[in-house]
Amino acid sequence: MSEAWQTGSAVIRDATGLHARPAVKLTKLAKRFEARVEIRREAGETWINAKSPSAVMKLKAPHLARLEIRASGDDAPAAVAALRDLIDRDFDDSTEG
Amino acid sequence: MTDTVSIVIVSHSPEVASGAADMVRQMVGEEVRVAACGGNPEGGLGTDVGKIMEAIESVWSEKGVAILVDLGGAETNSEMAIEMIGGARAEKIALCNAPIVEGAVMAATEAAGGSDLQTVKATAEDFQS
Repeated sequence: MSEAWQTGSAVIRDATGLHARPAVKLTKLAKRFEARVEIRREAGETWINAKSPSAVMKLKAPHLARLEIRASGDDAPAAVAALRDLIDRDFDDSTEG
Repeated sequence: MTDTVSIVIVSHSPEVASGAADMVRQMVGEEVRVAACGGNPEGGLGTDVGKIMEAIESVWSEKGVAILVDLGGAETNSEMAIEMIGGARAEKIALCNAPIVEGAVMAATEAAGGSDLQTVKATAEDFQS
C-alpha cells in the first residue's frame, strides 16, 4: 500500500454498539465516496471495507468501541470526516434496532 | 427516481413478506423500491406465480430486480414467474440464495449505493449473521 491514507476515529455511543441500523447507515454513507473507505474496531485489528454491508454488519463493534476509519483517494478527507461525524452524531438514531 | 436495483420479497406468509419489506424501508430508506408478496390466492399460506409476477412488475427497474424467498415453493414459483416474464427482462431478475429478512436488508443496502444486480445478489448471499 503506497497510497496515503486519511485517518480518523470516533467512539460508538449507542448502548447496543454498531447494530443493524447504524451499520446500514455507515455503509450507505461510505458508498457515496469514490475513495476506498475502511474501518476497524480498534487498533491492531484487520481493516474491513466500509462499503460492504455484510462486513460492516459482522463487525459488531460494541458500545464505547473507538472505531478507526481510514480512506484513500481523491475524496478521502471528506469520506473520513463524514463517517466520523455520523458516528459522533450517534447515527442520528437513539433507538434500539 | 434514481436508478437502483429493486427488491421483491416472496414468503408463504403475507405478514412475513410485508414485515421484511417494512424492515428494509425503515433500515435502508425509500430510495430502493421494495415489493412484498405472500399467500396463495385463497388467502392461506403459500405463494402464487401471478402475484409474484405482479410484485416484480410493480417495482420494475431496468437496473434489475433481486428476489428473496423463504421456502421451497416460494423459490420454484419465483423461478416460474421469471420464466413467464421471459425475454430480456428475465435476464434482469435474480433469485438470491439468502435468508429472506437479512438478505433483503443486505441487498437493499447494496442497491442503495447504485450497485448492479450481480453485486446486489452477491451481497445478499454473502451474509451469514
